[in-house]
Amino acid sequence: MPNYFEVFGLPRKLSLELQELQRRFYDLSRRHHPDFHQTADALAQAASLEASALVNRAYRTLRDPLARVEYVVALEEGREVREETSAKPKPPVDLLAEMLEVQEALQEAKSEGLTAEAAERLRTERDRLEARRRAEETAVTEAAAEWDSAVDRGADRQPLVDRFKQRLAARAYLRTVIDDLSQALGEDAETHVAHRRH
Amino acid sequence: MSRIVGIDLGTTNSLVAHVDAAGIPRVISDAEGRRLLPSVVAYTPAGIVVGEAARRQLARNPARTIYSVKRFMGRGGEDVREEARHVPFEIVPSDEVVRIRVGDREVTPPEVSAQILRTLKQQAEAHFGEPVDKAVITVPAYFNDAQRQATKDASRIAGLEALRIVNEPTAASLAYGLQKLAQGLIAVYDLGGGTFDISILRVKDGVFEVLATNGNTHLGGDDFDRAVVGWLLADIKAVHGEDLSSDPEAVQELRLGAEAAKCRLSSEERTTLLIPFERFTYRREITRAELERLIAPLVDQTLGPCRLALKDAELTPDQVDEIVLVGGSTRVPLVRRRVEELFGKTPHSQLNPDEVVALGAAVQAHILAGGIRDMLLLDVTPLSLGIETLGGIVSVLISRNTTIPTMAKEYFTTSVDGQTAVDMHVLQGERELAKDNRSLARFDLSGIDPMPAGMPKIEVTFLIDADGMLQVQAREQRTGKAASIEVKPTYGLSEAQVAQMVEDSFTHAEADVNARLLIETRTEAETVLNHVRRALAQGGHLVSAEERSLITEALDALRGVEGGSDRDAIRERTIELNRATESLAQLMMDTALREAVTSRRADDLLKRP
Repeated sequence: MPNYFEVFGLPRKLSLELQELQRRFYDLSRRHHPDFHQTADALAQAASLEASALVNRAYRTLRDPLARVEYVVALEEGREVREETSAKPKPPVDLLAEMLEVQEALQEAKSEGLTAEAAERLRTERDRLEARRRAEETAVTEAAAEWDSAVDRGADRQPLVDRFKQRLAARAYLRTVIDDLSQALGEDAETHVAHRRH
Repeated sequence: MSRIVGIDLGTTNSLVAHVDAAGIPRVISDAEGRRLLPSVVAYTPAGIVVGEAARRQLARNPARTIYSVKRFMGRGGEDVREEARHVPFEIVPSDEVVRIRVGDREVTPPEVSAQILRTLKQQAEAHFGEPVDKAVITVPAYFNDAQRQATKDASRIAGLEALRIVNEPTAASLAYGLQKLAQGLIAVYDLGGGTFDISILRVKDGVFEVLATNGNTHLGGDDFDRAVVGWLLADIKAVHGEDLSSDPEAVQELRLGAEAAKCRLSSEERTTLLIPFERFTYRREITRAELERLIAPLVDQTLGPCRLALKDAELTPDQVDEIVLVGGSTRVPLVRRRVEELFGKTPHSQLNPDEVVALGAAVQAHILAGGIRDMLLLDVTPLSLGIETLGGIVSVLISRNTTIPTMAKEYFTTSVDGQTAVDMHVLQGERELAKDNRSLARFDLSGIDPMPAGMPKIEVTFLIDADGMLQVQAREQRTGKAASIEVKPTYGLSEAQVAQMVEDSFTHAEADVNARLLIETRTEAETVLNHVRRALAQGGHLVSAEERSLITEALDALRGVEGGSDRDAIRERTIELNRATESLAQLMMDTALREAVTSRRADDLLKRP
């Protein structure tokens, strides 16, 4: 099966023109979507279904700058990517220390109930972590140019892959903690899940 | 390819449409010119009646007349316990698929829906003068896999191949798009009789790309009516000292009255409800403000899903270019106001909100038939799909709002030496724990070659097709052997059950058209007889003795032929009886209104200091 970049006839680079990606997505969809193969035989219908599913997944991944990086990292490591799991990621080592305070605040809110003071504290922590998460995301997307030039020069990409992995892991962890904080604050479960989307 | 029709299988009304030779989608009406088929099925001793005739006898035959069956599609006995308390027909307690008892038989929701679909199929066949056996059928966007499957089952039982299941708001956008009435970022707000959907789309260069969808499959006009009925029952208790809440016939009269009043209040500021019961005639003036107070909490429940859909589409309300209103309940002024407040612009509804979904289904049918090449619909799956993992936690395989078709692969292995089967539990929903989500099915993967624990690598492919429905395939990687999968749907009919129902529908081939028309005519006659008897009992004194005897004569004449098989005779006598009672009906209405006015004046006098 072609990888997602190959599906769109694109090089394995992180800088992408979204308008162009969308144009190619529409073109490929018009070619493969099952709606246009309804009168074909069963084999051709199955092929269109599979091709269409691949195009859709490829577009979903590549249009999102962070999912794109995650995918590239997986490709470099030769593994398959999948949707997020609900298994909690482990905290990256450099985040451990500052997480202690958050965990403490969470514990307190749990044992003593959500007083106005506790809620305020949780909210402050959440805002801080949100900022931190955004910083990780920006760091990842800003390294796109660096990556692309490494691809062009044929340079060793492993150091970059390692850096991406570290930052993505930190981000994944931060997201779960932010979710925990929202939950402790008694915010809508649905909204809470919405946070987990890319 | 043979003709494909588009069908809107609604909670309250259903419609069939097609694209005509000129490329324009049109609703196909029945022999009497009616475009909407009430989604009501009556299992009378004489036979099955569908549509307007069934609706008209609802209050007289509540236990055997099934309405709003869509709310029971693809659900389990446990899910509908609350719902079951509000309907006059009997829901058989069960852990599995819902069953409804009508007389001495039990029917499932897909079978009831199949009656509606069959009627629409016949309507289309009468229109074209040729058989119709393929259709595009719409469902609420927020329908889960089991609800979609139930709809497909219904279609099969009705002898229709459902070539595509399309989401209602998306279908509506196709109808608008075909006429170039909507471009850019569109929000389709679809509030029907029993379901609510919000879909956000990007419409560009003929591509209709759904960005996000959300909704509530148990929120609609039915709930508005229910709120009004509750209020009316309390009012009757206070005014007449009678508790009618356990009288199913009275409740149905009130429900129909409430529904009609709600519709009138969309264009009028106040309306009077007038319902003759056995012992008294109930009348009550309702103002729009009163209605709005009763339904406001329900209308507000639609706003949360709207915000979530916007959030998933990564849009703010002001970025939406156009808001399209779909579904009869969007005629309610309060609904329009709330939508306008949320999006900050006036929603529009140039196309009839009752018909636009069916028209869109017809457009999609035309696309499938190859009649339109420049329009492409890219829809999404409304709910996340996952499998249960250790500790009852859900591992998401496909996130909600993923464009369909889509697929995900997952690998399974064994935990014990020599294990030859693995089972998995597939769920739909947004919650972390399996128990909080919708159980779709359990799959048994068997036929794995005995190997040490952890050695087999079974690749399972989860594919969501263009209908938004799940297909599962499994293969043992080492041997390349396809593992066999047995699907145990949690709340659906098994393949064997559906096949049996299809067969039954042939053996018990329903009464031919003439027999059907006879049943409808008889039902209509019974309804009129009943009304007249009641009118005579309550208002007989208002007319002269001669007139009374004329009415009794016409009544007896109809009674004489009603049980027979001469349809024309029954129809003529029914018309005659109706004519004979015209002035009585008028007089009763006048008196009731006059009394209403007098009693209000009395109220006013009493209030004065």
